Amino acid sequence: MRRRLTPYLLILPGGLWLTAFFAVPIIMMLSFSLMEGNLIDGFAFTFHWQNYTEGLSTYGDKFARSLWYGLLATAACIALAYPAAYWIAFKAGRNKSTYLFLLLLPFFVSFILRTVSWKFVLADNGIFIGTLKDWGLLDQDFHVLGTTFAVIAGLTYNFLPFMVLPIYVALEKIDYRLIEAAQDLYASRVQAFLRVVLPLSLPGVFAGVVMTFIPVSADYVNADVLGGSGNVMIGNVIYLEYFNNSDYPMASALSFTLMGALLVGIFLYARLLGTKDVLEAAGR
Amino acid sequence: MNEINPLLRRGLTHRRDFLRLMGVGAVGLAAAACGVEGQGGKQNVTQSEVEKYWAGKTKNGKLNWANWVGYMEDDRATLKAFTKATGIEVTYKEVINENAEWFGKIDAPLRAGQSIGFDLMVMSNGIQLEQARQLGYLVPLDHAKLPNFAANAGESFKNPPFDPDNTFTVPYTSGITGIAYNTKYVKEPITKWADLLDPKYKGKIGMMGDSQELGNVGMFLVGVDPERSTPEDWEKAAAKLREQRPLVRKYYTQDYIEAVTKGDVWITMAWSGDAYSLAGPEVEFVIPEEGGTIWTDNLCIPSTAENPVDALELMNWLYDPRANATLTEYINYITPVPATKDFIRQDAEAASGDEKKALEDLISSPLVFPTEADLAKLRRYRTLTQDEKEKYQSVFTPIPQGS
Repeated sequence: MRRRLTPYLLILPGGLWLTAFFAVPIIMMLSFSLMEGNLIDGFAFTFHWQNYTEGLSTYGDKFARSLWYGLLATAACIALAYPAAYWIAFKAGRNKSTYLFLLLLPFFVSFILRTVSWKFVLADNGIFIGTLKDWGLLDQDFHVLGTTFAVIAGLTYNFLPFMVLPIYVALEKIDYRLIEAAQDLYASRVQAFLRVVLPLSLPGVFAGVVMTFIPVSADYVNADVLGGSGNVMIGNVIYLEYFNNSDYPMASALSFTLMGALLVGIFLYARLLGTKDVLEAAGR
Repeated sequence: MNEINPLLRRGLTHRRDFLRLMGVGAVGLAAAACGVEGQGGKQNVTQSEVEKYWAGKTKNGKLNWANWVGYMEDDRATLKAFTKATGIEVTYKEVINENAEWFGKIDAPLRAGQSIGFDLMVMSNGIQLEQARQLGYLVPLDHAKLPNFAANAGESFKNPPFDPDNTFTVPYTSGITGIAYNTKYVKEPITKWADLLDPKYKGKIGMMGDSQELGNVGMFLVGVDPERSTPEDWEKAAAKLREQRPLVRKYYTQDYIEAVTKGDVWITMAWSGDAYSLAGPEVEFVIPEEGGTIWTDNLCIPSTAENPVDALELMNWLYDPRANATLTEYINYITPVPATKDFIRQDAEAASGDEKKALEDLISSPLVFPTEADLAKLRRYRTLTQDEKEKYQSVFTPIPQGS
């Protein structure tokens, strides 16, 4: 009897935690998203679907921009993270843990602080760009802050470790003898990589994409700190609607729309990449 | 400036506040399922209600004060003097960057009757103060305990249209919204709002994200007095601001000061005192030809304050001209206590060198002690009804968002 109850008892604390702090607020937000009214007169639940349609028509371009930025930053993360993870997994030898530690080192400093420090480094007339301008290497009008590039670069930087770690874990688990076997069977190094290493590491890439694409698309700090008037992302809009305009229904509707868009995106990606790999990864 | 970057501090508090909001929300789930109660219509307060609130409240010897960035001397001399005079220890934090953002942070806890961690806060006249008033988030002041206010406040600071009879608020300072520009990069004199539309400053122009501040500038640009504007004027102003948007580097909160000091923007909307007390020496401030807006930042006590008596005592103390002079000498905003000028003059006589010159400049500055003629050139915020407010915000808030 007790043995049969054990798994339920084990899941109880986590389950309660999730119910109280995840499920309940989500349901509350969902109900908020269908309300109408204002702060003074109160909000009433009226199945006000217009929150969704209005949100999409007013801020559709912000959704598109956020997903686009998310895509670009995620792609940049893969491009930067894969070689690094590969190198640490196969070539770093005994120093693996040192390199992993170095990779995680920035996490000991607050995410906001790291982003704000970029603002100082990249200031129009700051230590970097100002100096290059003084040397005449850059045009006086040149600036990085307030551009799309700055936002994507910031996002990439902030979320890079979330991509490196899962890829590293996937690569690290690969039995090196498989690669040797491929080479024994006359596969070139490139072929061995493409047909053995890469497929085996894709579940890691998938996990990395999930862990970067979702938070990156919803991020508002980088756009706020590093971006300009043309870089507003949907996270900034949601923040504004929630905190500045106190328009809780609109903010909730926008949040759910974003959630839906991200789920669809991830689902499509999972299908394209092949669910089998993902399920395998999940089963491992 | 050894202050923590305001933006940074704002960012640091975002997540925590959101979590708190979600926590409050979870408790209120039952209510949320069928709607959220409005709590409007609390702006009229009777004397007995005032007495009822203050009955049995006692001085606790401590006080938590939420203020705007740069609104106190770096060495907090005013607070030290207050503690010395009254024995009340003040925990002072400059956590407010923008009215709307601040209101967003305090709304959920005040609605739930929870402490916001502060006994005294400073809010500008405008949409959010009006909301706070109507929602019953502010404590009605006991004017029997504010004798200095009655005796020393300037006439134009008493009984303001946004808070009749100073029921909930007394002014902390007033200031002017105008233009600040960095003379290191802008070589010609800036005189008018229209200069913020000059294509040669593309990407070097800063605006404020606050919908009322931004809207006011839009209205000046289309030749309308913001205080007397109509919804049609708002649309015209919004169109003008959209036209300007490609030139704008960013829509700022309080962080425009840092940007204009460092030269990330060269010309920006700005608040008068900031340009002197916080920005670098190259930054100039002007009241544009089309007109500037004058606003008032007000001391008020949130409904869940734990030390309201101490907060009231500080309010009263700040209306002592001697106490106020020290503060005004640093923050360089318009003081609501005209007699402060005599004390600044005394200080100037006692001082020497640069400091003497700075204090003398202060006395003659129209930005700190404006004459009636100066004040006549300034415009006030428009008071908005609830319906108008929704319309106003729907016109102006999308602009900084690029919509």
